[in-house]
Amino acid sequence: MAVGKEIRTKINSIKNTQKITRAMEMVAASKMRKAQERMAASRPYAQKMRNVVDHLAHAHPEYKHPYLEERDVKRVGYIVISSDRGLCGGLNSNLFKRTVASMKEWHDQGKEIELCTIGSKSSAFFARLGGNIVAQTSQLGDRPEIADLIGVVKVMLDAFNEGRLDRLYVVYNDFVNTMTQAPKIEQLLPVEKKEDKELEHHWDYYYEPEAKDVLDALLVRFIESQVYQGVVENLACEQAARMVAMKSASDNAGDLIGDLQLVYNKARQAAITQEISEIVAGAAAV
Amino acid sequence: MAMTIHVDIVSAESEIFSGTAEMVFAPGVMGELGILPRHAPLLTQLKPGEVRVKNGDSEESFYVSGGMLEIQPHVVTVLSDTAVRAHDIDEAAALEAKQKAEDALKDKTSEFEYAKAQSELAEAVAQLQAIKKLKSRGR
Repeated sequence: MAVGKEIRTKINSIKNTQKITRAMEMVAASKMRKAQERMAASRPYAQKMRNVVDHLAHAHPEYKHPYLEERDVKRVGYIVISSDRGLCGGLNSNLFKRTVASMKEWHDQGKEIELCTIGSKSSAFFARLGGNIVAQTSQLGDRPEIADLIGVVKVMLDAFNEGRLDRLYVVYNDFVNTMTQAPKIEQLLPVEKKEDKELEHHWDYYYEPEAKDVLDALLVRFIESQVYQGVVENLACEQAARMVAMKSASDNAGDLIGDLQLVYNKARQAAITQEISEIVAGAAAV
Repeated sequence: MAMTIHVDIVSAESEIFSGTAEMVFAPGVMGELGILPRHAPLLTQLKPGEVRVKNGDSEESFYVSGGMLEIQPHVVTVLSDTAVRAHDIDEAAALEAKQKAEDALKDKTSEFEYAKAQSELAEAVAQLQAIKKLKSRGR
């Protein structure tokens, strides 16, 4: 029957799309679980690092590390972590909006900005925006490794060491829960001091070999672990956001199919009714 | 029971070991360290080697490719590296990251071209449809 051929093709094509979105939803759900595990696995290290660094910020070693000292802000650096792929709702655009707002504040004060982008979405966005990107990495995959981040972090740290940057932020999506991801801007350098009376103690470590070498190595690792934590967290966010986006896409496809099916059935019925009435009319005429 | 000290061995990507021990051995940059409970607070770098956790007769060993060691009287924390670190390697990685940034900036066109191509395609499709309509009407 020729009735509603277009509608049928349309329904089929939507069904195919729905199959894809449903598959993507399930893939994202399983990847999200793994990403969450990875997030939890890297937390103890970051936590331990934080404890040691907090202690160092309050201890009084003979050597004051530049990473622990506030200085006049002339230039600001951002490490922006985004996903590599799209189809994850407003995840990346929300993050960029937040970043650009924060960048604008600094810009209005006449400060210059350097960017380091992790993930191809952020490099594409900031390249188009005309941002000053000094380091970039992408395609970290589902299992990011610290080794992938050493390079980009070093570029920013070197800039800080040379005095080219006076402040460094990291921007990523914070995994609140499956439904909620919040863009977050965190200050990396100078390391923020936690106000805690408990830390005001009077003992200090022995450093081996020298306080300077140990602090250098430790603080670099601390920054790297913070960035890594951001990357892992952003990955979990990406998968969660994709899962939610794909779920609503599948639901929408379902609604659309329902509506089209109704239209199709009506058209088919109308055609049959017409045919019958034509036959009846024909028979009556004879 | 012998005095014990709490030991945590963590890397940036996972938690490797957590438990108590009577004695811990670690490869410090200045030489091998043997740590007993109530050791003085110490912060040192580790070189690649073996961290051994001793409990009575049993001994567990973990390989670390360097990292940091933090000692407090009742807690030992090994912050193990997962990547092989050397000044040259780090330098090369930094250069690569910079290179990538330059490439991305040069590649400014790609995403833009894509959007342009897409709009041109949509235009062409619309034109074809219009032509089709005109043809069917003409018949």
